[in-house]
Amino acid sequence: MRINCPNCGERDRREFYYQGDALALHRPAAGADPLAWDDYLHNRDNPAGDTTDLWFHEAGCGAWLVVERNTVTHAVHNATLVEKVRR
Amino acid sequence: MAELIAISPCNGLLPLTVGAVTLTEVMPERVMSVAPFDGREKAVSTALKEQCGVSLPARNRRNKAAQWFGHGVWLVYADVDLGVMAAVTDQTDAWAVVAVAGDGAVDVLARLVPIDLRLVHFKSGHTARTMLGHMSVAISRTGDDTFEIMAMRSMAGTLVHELETAARGVAAR
Repeated sequence: MRINCPNCGERDRREFYYQGDALALHRPAAGADPLAWDDYLHNRDNPAGDTTDLWFHEAGCGAWLVVERNTVTHAVHNATLVEKVRR
Repeated sequence: MAELIAISPCNGLLPLTVGAVTLTEVMPERVMSVAPFDGREKAVSTALKEQCGVSLPARNRRNKAAQWFGHGVWLVYADVDLGVMAAVTDQTDAWAVVAVAGDGAVDVLARLVPIDLRLVHFKSGHTARTMLGHMSVAISRTGDDTFEIMAMRSMAGTLVHELETAARGVAAR
């Protein structure tokens, strides 16, 4: 599995650290419904198919990436710098 | 009063020659990490041009006074005065720098590094943040048969050991 880092180009998976669902970027507003906070903090889908995760290019440029990939085919579709993702 | 003795990161380990490959320690006089604050990259580049004669190199590139060192970070090989434009940290003694030179240097590194360092892809003046064995390093090509590798100072022994072992493997073929 390889991830195409926007800074470094295509790199081996071993250079990256996996964080989890990119849902973590969408923090609810401070006064949001407790159910929204529950979803944000604890509830994650476990999709067979396309997923969007946060990866850290730990042994490379040190950038956080949003990676779109497929858990069934292991295809990596896209990787974007977190700072370029609309939040 | 304690008598302090300056010891280089690879003191007692280098230089080494294995087959056609030589490993020597490089001792930069000054290494400053420069991380421009949001939106200040151009201003920092202009200031560096005035102070050191070179601008910030592009990603994955290095010039005679500065080197790209990761996402939003550069190393500058001189004292810089950037005021509130960037986070600047003196890293002069923080890195072990080893020059790998000779016919076959690229074959030695191919045993340790997951990226393609052959001249067709990785040219003089190119730099990359990647791995050497299990270590995070910066690798730059400084000539047709020469590379410069930077690892954290505390990893100097491992860096030399990995390079020496790989060089012995290449020499034995």
